[in-house]
Amino acid sequence: MKRVAIAAAGITKFNKTEKPLDSLMLSSIRPIFENAKDLEQNDVDVVLTSTNANRNYLANIISELSGIKPKISHSVESLCNSGTNSLVSAYAYVSSGLADVALVVGGDKSDNPGLVLNWDMARGEYVHPIFWSSMFTSAHMRKYGTSLEDLAYVSVKNHKNALDNPYAYFEKSFSLEDVMASKNLTENVRLLDCSMPCDGAAAIVVCSEDRAKKITDTPIWISGIGQKTISASFTKNNDLSSMESTKNAVADAYRMSNKTVDDIDVVELHDAFSICEIIELEDMGFCQKGQGAKFVRDLYDTSDKMINPRGGLIGAGHPLGATGIAQVVEIYQQLTGNAEKRQVSDAKTGLVHNMSAGSTSSTVLVLES
Amino acid sequence: MTRFEDELKNNNFVCSKCTKCQHFVWPPSEFCNKCLGDTVWEPVSKSAKLVEISSKDGKSFCIAEFEGNIRVFGTISDSLRPNPGHGLVLEYCSYDDTPKFVFSVE
Ligand SMILES: [Zn+2]
Repeated sequence: MKRVAIAAAGITKFNKTEKPLDSLMLSSIRPIFENAKDLEQNDVDVVLTSTNANRNYLANIISELSGIKPKISHSVESLCNSGTNSLVSAYAYVSSGLADVALVVGGDKSDNPGLVLNWDMARGEYVHPIFWSSMFTSAHMRKYGTSLEDLAYVSVKNHKNALDNPYAYFEKSFSLEDVMASKNLTENVRLLDCSMPCDGAAAIVVCSEDRAKKITDTPIWISGIGQKTISASFTKNNDLSSMESTKNAVADAYRMSNKTVDDIDVVELHDAFSICEIIELEDMGFCQKGQGAKFVRDLYDTSDKMINPRGGLIGAGHPLGATGIAQVVEIYQQLTGNAEKRQVSDAKTGLVHNMSAGSTSSTVLVLES
Repeated sequence: MTRFEDELKNNNFVCSKCTKCQHFVWPPSEFCNKCLGDTVWEPVSKSAKLVEISSKDGKSFCIAEFEGNIRVFGTISDSLRPNPGHGLVLEYCSYDDTPKFVFSVE
């Protein structure tokens, strides 16, 4: 297999606008061609799009609108995890030698239908994601004594981090009291524990080593990939204080990259709800089971931006198809030393964790400078 | 999946069961997800086990498990707050855009 790099990135401001999805995606693609050292539309031989907007032939439409005539173009859809799945497909095309340069773009509008999986009869009338989130929260609180205040610190920290992210949906900080007093959606999920659907798009260029050197002086290498699907319905993850697909995916990503958790300097993980960050930190080995809340509290107390420096989904917003790519854009910026006020010092190895539908599937990427 | 929905509307919870290996296939499907054999509709036992519980606006909702592997979200009609593992009884079920399951505490 050939080495595979990320050589360029673009992103839009996450917000709510009248702009159609195509415009959002093109807005994230434009800075890639503006900023790359040497990259023309003719160089791109793969275009992959990710969205939950049920749009037919979208990759071909985006190719035409951006003046690209790729060999391979198609969409990759896997709910919240679509963007990271797209990147994995691009990796496969480039590492196999089938293609040299892949443009991967993800985007969604706030009203996209991806939040509810209608197929899943097991969710009964409790179709909204707050309900699976509340079940994870109940299980973790019972087993490990996690408190509502512990959960609130995830939100406070990630909103605070988002203040230094010019592309974030939220532009204000929230105090512990604000989160604790925000509207109860269930007994243990409050409004400010939730990520917000919004509009946004993000794009990256995934390419071979030779092409990466032409495009940039600071390529970032994709050294580890782990993906796992347990199910589509919310019925097969037996222990609700843990996320089985995430544990599987991270083990494979560490194995492939020959890294351990101790090597990771900076992380973007899928905090669709506060409880997700706590469970994922534990399941990916950043702390012992039951210590996730303390880990988050320590990060907050020391203003450590190691976890979700762009604000995660809670602070940056969650345009589903864009989220996985936006996470990768952040780690790319961190590892190239271009994360400005969010910069984690001396970051050389980063991790991206994304997942779908109550962690029924997960993707973990290890990226290195 | 209209048969499933129609039966729920008539307060009957049925699930697909494999004619070859007798496995209950959930969510329902024409094909067994163990052996890909054909399935038929079979009534599901009324008794379930509580997997997890929370509440919204003072009303408890839960994940309940039937037959050892059929997990569904539903509502608990009692004001009781049982712990996971506790027995539940399916009081009634219905279908209106989504399935509805209502349980009482055993
Ligand atoms: Zn079977």
